[in-house]
Amino acid sequence: MKTIETQVAIIGGGVTGAGTLRDLALRGIPAVLVEKGDLASGTSGRNHGLLHSGSRYAVGDPESARECIAESRVLKVIARHTVEDTGGLFVTLPGDDPGYADRLIRAGRDTGIEIEEIPVSKALRMEPHLNPAITRALLAPDATIDPFRLTMANVLSAVEHGQQALTHVEATSLIREGDRVAGILCRDRKTGERFAIRSRMVVNAAGIWGRRVCQMANLDLAMHPSKGSMLIIDYRVNRVVINRSRPASDGDIIVPGDTVSLLGTTSRTVDYDAIDDLRVDDDEIDVLLKDAENLIPRISRTRALRAYAGVRPLLAASEGKDGREISRGLVLIDHETRDGLAGLVTMAGGKLTTYRLMAEKLADYVAERLGVNRPCETRQAPLPGSEKPVPIRRTSKKFTGVSESVVGSTHYRHGERVHQVLGGEKANFALVCECEMVTAGEVRYAIKTLGARDLIDLRRRTRLGMGPCQGGLCAYRAAGLMEELGAVDADTALTMLAEFLEERYKGVRPVLWGDGMREMEFIYWLYEGLFGLGAGDGSQTETQAPERDVP
Amino acid sequence: MIELENISFDHCLKCTVCTVYCPVAKATPLFPGPKQSGPDAERLRIKNPELVDDSLKYCSNCKRCETACPSDVRIADIIQAAKWTYWRRRTRPRDFLLAHTDLMGFWGTALAGLVNRAAGAGVVRYLLDIFVKIPKERPFPKYSTSTFKRWFRDHGPDPSVHPDQAVYFHGCYVNYQNPGLGRDVVDVLAALGVGVRITNEKCCGVPLIANGYLDRARKHARHNIEGLARAADQAGGPIVTASSTCAYALMYEYPGILRQDNRAIADRIQYLTRFLAPRLADRPDVLKTPVPLKVAYHAPCHLARMGGVVDTVEVLRRIPGLDPRLLHSECCGISGTYGFKKELYPIAQDVGADLKEKILAVKPDLVVTDCETCAWQIEFLTGLRVVHPVTLLAWSVRGGASSPV
Ligand SMILES: Cc1cc2nc3c(=O)[nH]c(=O)nc-3n(C[C@H](O)[C@H](O)[C@H](O)COP(=O)(O)OP(=O)(O)OC[C@H]3O[C@@H](n4cnc5c(N)ncnc54)[C@H](O)[C@@H]3O)c2cc1C
Ligand code: SF4
Ligand code: SF4
Repeated sequence: MKTIETQVAIIGGGVTGAGTLRDLALRGIPAVLVEKGDLASGTSGRNHGLLHSGSRYAVGDPESARECIAESRVLKVIARHTVEDTGGLFVTLPGDDPGYADRLIRAGRDTGIEIEEIPVSKALRMEPHLNPAITRALLAPDATIDPFRLTMANVLSAVEHGQQALTHVEATSLIREGDRVAGILCRDRKTGERFAIRSRMVVNAAGIWGRRVCQMANLDLAMHPSKGSMLIIDYRVNRVVINRSRPASDGDIIVPGDTVSLLGTTSRTVDYDAIDDLRVDDDEIDVLLKDAENLIPRISRTRALRAYAGVRPLLAASEGKDGREISRGLVLIDHETRDGLAGLVTMAGGKLTTYRLMAEKLADYVAERLGVNRPCETRQAPLPGSEKPVPIRRTSKKFTGVSESVVGSTHYRHGERVHQVLGGEKANFALVCECEMVTAGEVRYAIKTLGARDLIDLRRRTRLGMGPCQGGLCAYRAAGLMEELGAVDADTALTMLAEFLEERYKGVRPVLWGDGMREMEFIYWLYEGLFGLGAGDGSQTETQAPERDVP
Repeated sequence: MIELENISFDHCLKCTVCTVYCPVAKATPLFPGPKQSGPDAERLRIKNPELVDDSLKYCSNCKRCETACPSDVRIADIIQAAKWTYWRRRTRPRDFLLAHTDLMGFWGTALAGLVNRAAGAGVVRYLLDIFVKIPKERPFPKYSTSTFKRWFRDHGPDPSVHPDQAVYFHGCYVNYQNPGLGRDVVDVLAALGVGVRITNEKCCGVPLIANGYLDRARKHARHNIEGLARAADQAGGPIVTASSTCAYALMYEYPGILRQDNRAIADRIQYLTRFLAPRLADRPDVLKTPVPLKVAYHAPCHLARMGGVVDTVEVLRRIPGLDPRLLHSECCGISGTYGFKKELYPIAQDVGADLKEKILAVKPDLVVTDCETCAWQIEFLTGLRVVHPVTLLAWSVRGGASSPV
């Protein structure tokens, strides 16, 4: 069996694993990361993308709030090309307890978060579509962050420092030598290949799946999966993050993210076994839409693009106390001290916003065990693309023969790396996805530099297929291009296309009405009627064409 | 209710039919087409106004994309609005001149002899080309020595002798360049027992919109809505216009891109042939003189957008002796002031090339079209004489000398 030798093996390519891979890289500690799906395909790709200022926790969980405000300030600099400093509003609706706003202002003062009350008229000017009936408005330093690009940028930085990140590779078991862990056994889910990674430390950054990793070592870790569903709206109906000024509950936040707005969220306990097959329930959609409409009335007239759910990786802080002692904070579990098993460390809990801090704690722990005493650098070192702030207009002027909207969108996604993405041949300018302005150059970059292995990977790296047609009009072009670039062979390209459509359908199904339904019918006609995908010729794609179920 | 914002892009299916029908996208790779410039890019502009494309300038606002769209996306409106909302305004003397048709018309008619001669003179055209960026090849429409308004005031027939009355919105072209067409309208309506009133109208606003003078266009819109509504109340009849573009503006641009409440007139405006078609069906006898001509009929884009082509065709078919040939629908390319701009002129001519061929293939005696700017372009492209459908009707109604036959 092939064996990779390294110092550290990291299980999990979410933002925590990616951040740890990079932190170790900057300290000169070689590491290899394995991710069973794609980077950010777990919880890291299934959240609101809110860069918490901490305001949402300030009243109930000041500890987390302090972490958030400190980390968000760091990320606004080191990850600036993945962050939009939108600001956030906390609004009180008629019927809400107006006292909550006062508590929030006080809590902000205690935790060091600048939360100030502004006149309602000013809030309405900032956010013209906001419900004009609001009675109070607070302004907080919330921002938005793109979790996909954040994760990719961390991995890219690490890889450029010599680390390895293997996607679609699952850790199947731990290699044990007596009472220490000495590496992992893996399987490539695309090729079926099995191999070993031998290392002095194994980092369990598998998020909610971390319990399963612990089980590989016969250890238990009590986790309480809590599902949250979210809904994506066709375009940006709001410019700033809008929170409802009340204790956290369902449907109380609308986050502008790239070209869309995101409605969040619900909170439902699910069985641990359900975490691999999350479904958005119809009544969740109703709740999300109704509550969001209270904040922004026009939501009801806007097309919903897709719905998805994530699971909060919450940990029972002290076991046995029936779930109520659940911590949202980050928890590092030193299995050597806790279970007498050396070489394994688990990180659990936390947030996207605090990923860097989690990575720092993990890397501190690992470095100490390995006897390396280089300090953490990620607090200052900018991520690739975020080196310095460059205005979009200036970038647009550097390219001729391509629309400003194309250059601007690419710049937005890749920061200063836009020159690698679009530079060189003019053929790079050809548009593949017209909803989100993804070019052939960007597809090439995503494959060659960001390690995309299929269409769904491509979507996470570029936003290809995330717009109103949800990939209907670009997936086949991208599949062709991937084949041309040698990323896949022709047969795989077809299977990949079918998988992409299936994945698309899963996301779209909960919101099939109105224009979304018309779109679905059109795409169905296009693929099945025009391209014959799923035509009864016994090809493998037949049963997979998801549009068959359209009611 | 008046819609304050055009969010019709949200209904776009991405079917791309609009781009297939866009004459400009077909003529030049510099324009990415209505889908990308309209509904696609609108989402990006909402996200960040800096993402506005310079290539929006290539859209001629012909509205063929809107006619083709199965989702009722108001694509051309989205593009026009984006231009003037997100672009940093740069005023050019040329665009000011082209936009202000009434101002130009006032001086043009006052100094018609001089202006017409100057506009025809090589040196002047050369200078205009270099300094003002109006292409020297493009002929200027000639100004009339007197306006339609003045003629109507002095010689207009008394409307009250007729059982019915209509308010006639004549538009700048009739007023300053072709008062004869206005007289044709008056005569045809009179033959059908409809008396004509006019108002102290201002330019409908289309050239202002095309050149970014939206505030002024709004002012004109308010003035026209008020004046026309009052006159229509008094007349107890409809408002008609023989300019397809003016009609489109009064009906759709006012509540659309200009966001003006036009409900006081919306239901009462009719493009002239729509008003005439049923009346001519009742009274075919008024078309007494045959007009034995083979004519090629070009349907203007804006008339097609309103669904008005059928009416004009029906009216033409009623003219005795006339042999109307319907051309396959194409854009002529000029799109109002678009073809008068040096940087867009080659595109306008490329767009018009197909139409030219189709017209020449018919070998007509005359070309007929409802739109004045289409008429200029077709005369320029083919060298043939172009007339308005109402002029043909007038020949048949009046008979004898007025006809060129
Ligand atoms: C509904 C919801 C909304 C949220 N909103 C926000 C927000 O707005 N802002 C914010 O800051 N935080 C938010 N969070 C929290 C945040 O998303 C998570 O805390 C964070 O993404 C966790 O990242 P992670 O890397 O630890 O876990 P994950 O992203 O889940 O990464 C774990 C990875 O490990 C992989 N893996 C598992 N087992 C194996 C194996 N055996 N071999 C190889 N790989 C394996 C998985 O495929 C997965 O990709 C939200 C969470 C939820 C559920
Ligand atoms: S209005 Fe005409 S030129 Fe403009 S996008 Fe539509 S079809 Fe093309
Ligand atoms: S024709 Fe209409 S629905 Fe189709 S792409 Fe164009 S705007 Fe969208």
